[in-house]
Amino acid sequence: MIVTAVLLMLAVAIPLLAMLYTFAWKYRAGNPKADKTYDPERTRGVFRELIWWAIPAAVVAVIAVMNWQSTHALDPYKAIVSDNKPVTIQVVALEWKWLFIYPAQGIATVNFVEFPEATPVHFELTADAPMSSFWIPELGSQIYAMSTMQTQIDLMASSTGEYVGKDTEINGAGYAGMTFVAKSASQEDFDAWTASVKQSQNVLTMDAYNALMAPSQNNPQAFYSSFDKNLYGTILTRYMPPATSSDSMPANMEGMKM
Amino acid sequence: MAHFLFGNLTWGSLPHLWYTEGATASIALMGIAAAAALTYYKRWTWLWKEWLTSTDPKKIGVMYIVLASLMFFRGGLDAIMIWIQQAMSSGASHGYLDASHLQQIFTAHGDIMVFFATMGFLFGLINLIVPLQIGARDLAFPFLNSLGFWLYAAGAVFINLFFVVGGEFASAGWLSLPPLAELQYSPGTGVDYWIWSLQISGLGTLLGGLNFVVTILKMRVKGMTLMKMPLFTWTSLCSMVLVIASFPVLTATTLLLWLDRFFGMHFFTSGFGGNPMMYVNLIWMWGHPEVYILVIPSFGIFSEIVATFSGKRIYGYVSMVCAAISITLLSFLVWLHHFFTMGSGADVNAFFGIMTGIIAIPTGVQMFNWVMTMFRGRIRFTTPMHYFLGFVSLFTFGGMAGVLLSIPGADFELHNSLFLVAHFHTMIVSGGLFGIFAGIVYWFPKVTGFKLNERLGIRAFWLWLAGFFLSFTPLYILGFMGATRRLDHYAVTAGYQPYFIAAAIGICLIALGAITQLWQVVVSTKERKQNQDTTGDPWDGRTLEWSTHSPVPFYSFAVTPEVHSRDAFWETKIGRKELPPPGISLSRREAIPPSTKKYEDIEMSANTAMGIYLSAFVFLFGFAAVWHIIWLMLAGVIGAIACVIVRSFDEHTEYTLTAAEVEKIEMARKLP
Repeated sequence: MIVTAVLLMLAVAIPLLAMLYTFAWKYRAGNPKADKTYDPERTRGVFRELIWWAIPAAVVAVIAVMNWQSTHALDPYKAIVSDNKPVTIQVVALEWKWLFIYPAQGIATVNFVEFPEATPVHFELTADAPMSSFWIPELGSQIYAMSTMQTQIDLMASSTGEYVGKDTEINGAGYAGMTFVAKSASQEDFDAWTASVKQSQNVLTMDAYNALMAPSQNNPQAFYSSFDKNLYGTILTRYMPPATSSDSMPANMEGMKM
Repeated sequence: MAHFLFGNLTWGSLPHLWYTEGATASIALMGIAAAAALTYYKRWTWLWKEWLTSTDPKKIGVMYIVLASLMFFRGGLDAIMIWIQQAMSSGASHGYLDASHLQQIFTAHGDIMVFFATMGFLFGLINLIVPLQIGARDLAFPFLNSLGFWLYAAGAVFINLFFVVGGEFASAGWLSLPPLAELQYSPGTGVDYWIWSLQISGLGTLLGGLNFVVTILKMRVKGMTLMKMPLFTWTSLCSMVLVIASFPVLTATTLLLWLDRFFGMHFFTSGFGGNPMMYVNLIWMWGHPEVYILVIPSFGIFSEIVATFSGKRIYGYVSMVCAAISITLLSFLVWLHHFFTMGSGADVNAFFGIMTGIIAIPTGVQMFNWVMTMFRGRIRFTTPMHYFLGFVSLFTFGGMAGVLLSIPGADFELHNSLFLVAHFHTMIVSGGLFGIFAGIVYWFPKVTGFKLNERLGIRAFWLWLAGFFLSFTPLYILGFMGATRRLDHYAVTAGYQPYFIAAAIGICLIALGAITQLWQVVVSTKERKQNQDTTGDPWDGRTLEWSTHSPVPFYSFAVTPEVHSRDAFWETKIGRKELPPPGISLSRREAIPPSTKKYEDIEMSANTAMGIYLSAFVFLFGFAAVWHIIWLMLAGVIGAIACVIVRSFDEHTEYTLTAAEVEKIEMARKLP
């Protein structure tokens, strides 16, 4: 789609630049031919002008259709359809590292996330830090992680591999060091990995989380064999005003819980 | 007691880092040098009477451009520091700046270039040229003009003030998004300096915008209907309408942020019901029109330049006006494209994406009309025409990058990457800055009476073009490689470094280009006798400003011109039977046949220092607000209001220049 859009635009841009350079050369004041064709009062041609309103409009219209379709197809709130059951991972952006919580597997990690290949990974994101943007460039779209709110994105790795993940939104001094490793593995390897993390000495209690939450830069990876069961809920509602019936969200923001 | 008097100021607020000490020292040195020169040449009174207290838009315009140039060099220095850090800081090396310092630098770079360099240049050019183009001797509100400039100047001082007192600037990016910019994550005075430098200069901008719109709508000379106005005037009108409609949003939003920080309120904080997403929406509702404010006048400048140097009327004038107006209106409907990734859902994202793409249509139309103006013209490749060719070449590709970014699916991969940085720099530099450079060279003889050195001008252009290409093409590539913006360090394995090094070489070329421009001014001033503009029409121009003397006398027009068509001045150049040789301008004809020329008394606006005093009180208020010095805040407010009241009692705001005096001055000019 990107290639199509670029080619369409080039179809307008290249003739424009060709005209620009051709006219610049042909009608330069030193050229005797320019004197012969000098037409100082030629100021409009309705037909011509219609053409260059119409052609860019047509190109933009085609791109607009592609825009509408692709935006809906790549909507972060749209679940990826697959035969494999999705894995849910909760993401918390901290200063300046990423915490990953696996509700089903009961483990948690810092700056490292592993998931099975060819399986939709359903990320639910929030933050205990300034606005951050969660991005694994090789896998797909980024999405903001913001405190008091939950966003989501579904990603799927088509094969195994290790990918770089990062934050794109400046959130303080440790911003550039806020990278993580995302690994997609076969289902067996993923299960083995989950089992090995469950053997870890570290436990993510609320106290451990509060220590983790303190600002730190270039964090090493960490693995927790369990986490406080109220952890994610506590983080998500930390700054919320006292519970009242929540207003209904507009339909197109239903994925974003506040 | 100390806290009452000095608020949060402590001895530690004074400079104690290498860069705050260095900056303070250089500011002090420059100030001392300027004071010494003024004293030696006995020019203090001259400076005060002729320049600082003037309400003449021609003087105010020059002051804007001089201050904007200073700020432009400061912003450029920031850019060089960023480039060098990013070229060095890979793997084991962390460069020479720590993260927090680099973050302050690029924050300041963005704010200075947008608010103080580009807007300053534009307000300067509009002040200088638009009144002349519409046959007006002054703006609608001369005092407001002076006040607007001094508020801008106060803002410019303010944004540099942290070097001397405070030691830190905002480090949250040029728009200081919460919650990062809130007290929880930015506890120092940096963000407060950011807020007030924008509030103070923004007030000046808003007043200036109002002034220009009223002037253009109400003070056109007889016969000049809207559809006979030059295109630079049209685009200035559109840009200033955008200022009036959008700057109040900036004022209100930064005010709310200040309330959060000063009173502990919760408009945009993480907790207690604050909503940072609201700030993001509001600031971009201002921010997107702002970037069009920056480029639309340049479109008008290029229209004048292409028409003049092709020797032809602009092609498709009506289309050009429609294009400018549609870009103005559309710019209000696209703001969300700055944060597709914040998670608005597909319908909202797609709507804003499509609206963004639609802006490409009128922009493209303008391009074709410019090119068709060149068709069957006789094109002279002066420095301004070079900038025009560079503009079209770069802007086309930058615009394509923009349409790409307007597709949310693509933007999800490109948001906050270096591709984005390359895109907007392409637009602002090749669109905004090249237009400004071209306009300055083009109108320089009108303002000063002599032309700039052409050879150096073209050399500077090529340095800028090559430098820009070398600086930003690597950034487009880096964006596709997944490099994010604002990095103070990156891993070796990312493979970014060669591109950053190439970009650093590019910025050196740009720096050489800027130095060449400065050198051009120096050399041209030295050899001004050779390049003197004796006719007032050095380029064979088409619009009314070329009908005045160069430099323009303080009353602008000795006799108010009358206008009957577009390209009003061109129409008065009568008696052409054959083509003049290329590059030779016609001798100036009078705008009105001599037999009917009749001098009249002219009402001139008097000088006033009140703009300076008012701005000083506003400046004090801002400073007191940053440091929580309550009594000084009150003093600032009361002082500012007092200035307004005193001004309202001033009965000597105008004086009359009699017809006899005008005739005397005009006759004296004609002597050899």
